[in-house]
Amino acid sequence: MKPLHGWLLLLPAVALLALFTHWPIVATVWDSFFATPKGGRPAPFVGLENYAVMVADEVFWKSLWNNLWFALGTIPISIALALAMALWVNSAMRGRTWLRMAFFTPTILPMIAVANIWIFFYTPQYGLLEQITGLFGVSGRNWLGSESTALACVMVVAIWKEAGFFMIFYLAALQQIPPSLAEAAAIEGAPRGYYLRRVVLPLLMPTTLFVMVNAVINAVRMVDHIVVMTRGGPNNATSLLLYHVYQVGFVFWDTGYAAALTVVLLVVLGCVAIGQFVFLDRKVHYQ
Amino acid sequence: MRLYEPRGWALGLETAAAWLLGLLWILPLVYAVWTAFHPPEFSAKFVLGAPLTLENFRRAWEAAPFARYFLNSFMLVTMVLAAQFLLCTLAAYSFARYEFRGKEIVFLLVLVQLMIMPDVLIVENYRTMARLGVLDSIPAVGLPYFASAFGIFLLRQAFKTVPRELDEAARVEGAGPLTVLWRVYVPLAKPIYLAYGLVSVSHHWNNFLWPLIVTNSVTSRPVTVGLQVFSSGDQGIDWSVITAATLLTSAPLLLGFLLFQRQFVQSFMRAGIR
Repeated sequence: MKPLHGWLLLLPAVALLALFTHWPIVATVWDSFFATPKGGRPAPFVGLENYAVMVADEVFWKSLWNNLWFALGTIPISIALALAMALWVNSAMRGRTWLRMAFFTPTILPMIAVANIWIFFYTPQYGLLEQITGLFGVSGRNWLGSESTALACVMVVAIWKEAGFFMIFYLAALQQIPPSLAEAAAIEGAPRGYYLRRVVLPLLMPTTLFVMVNAVINAVRMVDHIVVMTRGGPNNATSLLLYHVYQVGFVFWDTGYAAALTVVLLVVLGCVAIGQFVFLDRKVHYQ
Repeated sequence: MRLYEPRGWALGLETAAAWLLGLLWILPLVYAVWTAFHPPEFSAKFVLGAPLTLENFRRAWEAAPFARYFLNSFMLVTMVLAAQFLLCTLAAYSFARYEFRGKEIVFLLVLVQLMIMPDVLIVENYRTMARLGVLDSIPAVGLPYFASAFGIFLLRQAFKTVPRELDEAARVEGAGPLTVLWRVYVPLAKPIYLAYGLVSVSHHWNNFLWPLIVTNSVTSRPVTVGLQVFSSGDQGIDWSVITAATLLTSAPLLLGFLLFQRQFVQSFMRAGIR
């Protein structure tokens, strides 16, 4: 067990990680202080100018708020649904095999592919949503085309895509709860609601926090359906931070400013990481 | 849990709610199947007796070089999986069984990637690919994902459960570290490899933003990026062809999922536990 062998085994993976994770993190911060290089000339140092541009950039603020709403709207609902799904699928309910498949299927489908289908649901005039609301005499909405509904529409797609994935984690956790706890609770005469609230939920806490961290990361990087369904529109109503980075970096080719925008994402993800290390690990009682 | 199953009217109510949610969840797929197998005039009209057809699939197949895209996706997924298995195995073995100074710090550095995935670092990674001169190639799509923190973590956990006696016995027989790894650790971690493999394959088959950025020709685009041509049609949207193309794109994973549903879900479960 020579230490040198240990290092050699690590080398390939760590070198690639350094090249595609650590170096880009450092380089992004560094590049955010430079203008975008043009032609063959090196980029001039501009200090905090990119950040000044950011502060004045309405689309940035819009994307930041959208992303915040996106996270606040999708995370609690998809976690709550995931928990309900897991409880159902873990019980002796009729058709639970079918249900498990139905809930989980969105997880394995490409987001870009299902986004195409969801566009149809939201299509004005003859889309599914219009056909259904038409039955109730309310119609004529352009769901993805109006600023008031577009963000909610893409959030629904995200919830639909994520809930089944999170369900799997809850299912795994539920199956690890020893049956003796239920027996003990039953002997004490605890009703079902009490058992779920006081025994099951606390035991699921570590899973909930793990799922929450994943959900936040996903809220930051899930933009495939934005690219296909709305392209950030209408009037930037569905622009999320990473989508704004993509626009600035690869549509307008302003890489200096895109680096500064990426720094914001890194700060957000860094806070999640620190939060997980410092706060969550201590608060949670692992079994 | 069996003791605390819902009973009586609560059971009825919950079953109804679960089934309703299940129907809602599967609805997009049902719609896609309906539209893809029926003539275009039935794409938004749901008539029971509508004639079945495979014409939409033929038209979708001809509207884009899907054969090439499938080949690209297949090569991409295989390449990424092979590289991940190899690199993660070596690194995980080192973390699980070797002692050296700075190990904890390096491990923390690896875990950074769990939070900050290459998906977020697109600007800088694009620049790196340009410097390496590999833009618009299949390796460029896969490279940032070759070293996977998730894989290293998962395999490290698995390797740690291997009894040291097995390891030592093999060494007494004169096996070197790599032989021990290959003969003892890898076979014992087979279920983890399966789980991780399924997660990795579905993730990279479905990946979109990074391939969209880094590829721009037919010879390197995966199916997900190829599919995009259908959604950017200004000449009126043909839902039948779009849904057919959508089903084509998802078919390999969907078929695999339907055939191995139990293993699929269980492997995701196993891969999810930290």
